Amino acid sequence: MGMEGIGARVARKEDKRFITGKGKYTDDMVVPGMRHAHFVRSPHAHAKIKGIDTSAAEKMPGVIGILNGAQLTEDAIGNIICGWMIHSKDGSPMNMGVWRPLAQDTVRYVGDAVAVVIADTKAQARDAAEAVVVDYEPLPVVTSAVEALKTGAPQLHENAPGNLIYDWEIGDAAATDAAIAAAAHVTEMKIINNRLVPNPMEPRAALGVYDEGEDHYTLWTTSQNPHVARLVLSAFYNVAPENKLRVIAPDVGGGFGSKIYIYPEEIVCLWASKRTGVPVKWNCDRTEAFLTDAHGRDHVSTIKMAFDADNRITGFKVDTIANLGAYMSLFSSSVPTYLYATLLSGQYNIPAIHANVRTVYTNTVPVDAYRGAGRPEATYLLERVMETAARELGVSPAELRRTNFIREFPHQTPVIMCYDAGDYDASMSAAMKAADYDGFAARKAEAKGRGKLRGIGMSCYIEACGIAPSAAVGSLGAGVGLWESAEVRVNAVGTVEVLTGSHSHGQGHETTFAQLVAERFGVGIDSVSIVHGDTDKVQMGMGTYGSRSGAVGMSAVVKALDKVEAKAKKIAAHLMEADESDIVIENGELKVAGTDKSVPWFQMALAAYTAHNLPEGMEPGLKEGAFYDPSNFTFPAGCYICEVEVDPDTGVTEIVQFVAADDFGKIINPMIVEGQVHGGLAQGIGQALLEGTHYDPETGQLLTASYMDYTMPRADNLPSFKVSTTETACPGNPLGIKGCGEAGAIGSPPALINAITDAIGNNDLTMPATSERVWAAIRAAQ
Amino acid sequence: MYQTNYHRASSVEDAVKLASANDEAKYLSGGQTLLPTMKQRLAAPSDLVDLRHVGEMKGISVNGGKIRIGAATPHVEVATSAEIAAACPGLAHLAAHIGDPHVRHMGTIGGSIANNDPAADYPAGLLALNATIVTNSRSISADDFFTGMFDTALEEGELIVAVEITAPAKSGYAKFPNPASRYALTGVFVARHGDGSVRVAVTGAGADGVFRHAGMEQALASNFSADALDGVTVDDSDLMADIHASSAYRANLVKVMAKRAVAAAG
Repeated sequence: MGMEGIGARVARKEDKRFITGKGKYTDDMVVPGMRHAHFVRSPHAHAKIKGIDTSAAEKMPGVIGILNGAQLTEDAIGNIICGWMIHSKDGSPMNMGVWRPLAQDTVRYVGDAVAVVIADTKAQARDAAEAVVVDYEPLPVVTSAVEALKTGAPQLHENAPGNLIYDWEIGDAAATDAAIAAAAHVTEMKIINNRLVPNPMEPRAALGVYDEGEDHYTLWTTSQNPHVARLVLSAFYNVAPENKLRVIAPDVGGGFGSKIYIYPEEIVCLWASKRTGVPVKWNCDRTEAFLTDAHGRDHVSTIKMAFDADNRITGFKVDTIANLGAYMSLFSSSVPTYLYATLLSGQYNIPAIHANVRTVYTNTVPVDAYRGAGRPEATYLLERVMETAARELGVSPAELRRTNFIREFPHQTPVIMCYDAGDYDASMSAAMKAADYDGFAARKAEAKGRGKLRGIGMSCYIEACGIAPSAAVGSLGAGVGLWESAEVRVNAVGTVEVLTGSHSHGQGHETTFAQLVAERFGVGIDSVSIVHGDTDKVQMGMGTYGSRSGAVGMSAVVKALDKVEAKAKKIAAHLMEADESDIVIENGELKVAGTDKSVPWFQMALAAYTAHNLPEGMEPGLKEGAFYDPSNFTFPAGCYICEVEVDPDTGVTEIVQFVAADDFGKIINPMIVEGQVHGGLAQGIGQALLEGTHYDPETGQLLTASYMDYTMPRADNLPSFKVSTTETACPGNPLGIKGCGEAGAIGSPPALINAITDAIGNNDLTMPATSERVWAAIRAAQ
Repeated sequence: MYQTNYHRASSVEDAVKLASANDEAKYLSGGQTLLPTMKQRLAAPSDLVDLRHVGEMKGISVNGGKIRIGAATPHVEVATSAEIAAACPGLAHLAAHIGDPHVRHMGTIGGSIANNDPAADYPAGLLALNATIVTNSRSISADDFFTGMFDTALEEGELIVAVEITAPAKSGYAKFPNPASRYALTGVFVARHGDGSVRVAVTGAGADGVFRHAGMEQALASNFSADALDGVTVDDSDLMADIHASSAYRANLVKVMAKRAVAAAG
């Protein structure tokens, strides 16, 4: 590796502008004539709209226009779609209810948009929005998925009787039931995976600009995947054809999944710009984000894990009810199915698995992918039950896991996934050593002397990243392919531009993608620019989510670099009258191996563009593109060990140690990987300890709609993490990359909860493990 | 935020005059509650009378055990005052644990007690310290001042000028912060006064705001030690219950925090 090549701990190029406030986000964009939107939102969780009276609001100062759902329908703007078809086990397609960008007849969650006011200023738009009178007829409300399935529950969508979206299964029910019946031991648990509000630092925003002269639209938006946004806006929402629509996602301040989806506000800003004749900007405040950003998780599961007399797992049965909220968000159907139940084998040899998943409508914000998306839910089940089973069986949690580890690869699980490579023992051994696992008993005794309950917990996670082989996901119901594109442009002076369909909203692509070029051609990363997030610059791409930018996005870059390298060598060979196969690229020069002949990189590039002396028949220029479609998922895995001290008087948990040993395959920039792990751990710890989303069950009001009531993890909730990596290269992609963006959030919740339950001697504990829940669990165990 | 008119008062007299000129006027001190409430459009005062530049309302003086804190004094000054730390360490500790550094640099003692948020820290401190609240027109004892959740004895337009405290023999404050807001989920201030009496005031937990706990006061008056509270029961029937904590958990915290406050008082 060079100073800035693969594996180098290079500081992030983009951070200077971020930390000096020079980033350019959607809300920083200003265009001539721009006006401001404010949405009129439902204060009811479920109600019929009897009428909308805008007469007073229209007369308010600065108002340009007030639009509602009827006008959207007039202009044939399409329904918001879910892009992944799931069929129930009886073969019927999922029951997708109608979701209009502006609700027309019925509102189904608090915050559902019913109208939009466009005015000269933001304040005027908000003032006028308050003057819009909507006549609601409130309807009964249901917020819990379990309640929504019960007979007599309020019904949300006509075509979804019993609020059931689908009743899906995977695996072999009969074999799993037989394993449980024949088991020497069965551990049963009921496990809730708590609903989370994503809370990226930058709230969502959109700026829609219609150019009448060109009949062309531009959308600036807070998106993780501007090309997918353009595709969906064009193909399904009927806003504009793709060649008449440019989508730009400039600097984006975090997404965590919540900015994958194309939201009503983006559709409305574009459409309203044409309808009112002015550019329309919207940005939401924090409470609006709580009320309208797609939430994450919200599962209730009952599970049974069967063991034989040698403590080998013989079967795993899972029954899950997943809350999808009031409408089906873009990828919501895939999260509790193919992103979840396909990971239920974990790191273990499990001969029989069966999972049944019912997804349900409720009067809550739509639920979709959130950092980890399905894999945290699967990992939480497995790793809670493994630790609990070990306690019941009286064996060490580490030993029980070791007994059941998969050790031969490739390994075909009973739930679709074929693991390509891994060494789970290596991660566990590294984590146990870093955690001084063997010294825990002494630390526990010492803590007891201080009146503290000390506990240790482990989690061995696996996830599927690098999503995904297009044909495979297509066969499972995905509406899109999940390849990635890249284009490498070498300029005439030798500087390089890399255009990628991946999108960076905090991941550091401007640095890591440049490191690939530095490694290959020996040019400094400052001579490499990464271009992304603009459909006019990058032709097509699938965006960033599911830890796919390294494994898929970078693989596309590598393919394009291969082509550039081949042509560059041809040019250099021609210039030096050497054989192309003798050309090597070292330290920014193209050399003839074994001689002192060389051509500087920039000189070769200049030659490509002057075209005065190119090989016979070669086209001028040096620019190559590539599409990369992965052959398999990648399978990052690792072991996390958490140690806590609980104050028995108050139930307060202090995390005294957190160790992460991850196998991400090949690593491009260790510093960025560590940052990803740290952030993921913080989010996982937030879920496990702090973040509780509360809807009032009677009214459907979101009670935790600000930081006064919703507890985000803060620095003083977190320890200094001990992170390390082991490496088994991924055989499926050219760089051997597995992906690291979600692991921390996937692996950490069970490690923390296992540590607390160990400390307090009660396995019955629900996330978030608030001080009161822990205090009550201590008392229940006494 | 709705439109409002800003006025900068130069004296207490000026402030009262400015506020009385309009029915919908409000005093603005540190603004740590009022401004967020206005931004959320939950409050819409027509006029704001800014008290932060009224010299006579600012600063701390300690003379022979008599502590006077100007109403517009920010929390950070109380938290870092060497005189307060010497005369009443519990109060310095309390001020140092209000909100976060931003809040402590802006928020003021007068603003806090005038709002009498049921989870604010200062009401517990002033009630346990038997403080006197000095307004532009009278002096009010803390027992009379805090009249219920978000409610005080202040008349319309009446302005808190200062808070006066006689330094206690011992003082301690223990706070269990709400993990989200960092307000007190339960906070207990314990003060042992020169005459041997003990006052225990609880914030964050009461269904009707800050309150004194007679049982704990009696127990501590005869034996000022944490152990003295072991036999005291805290009735949860008058305690708050919400998504953050049940009344039973708050009752437990009242006792645990009281013991820690006594231990801190030494």
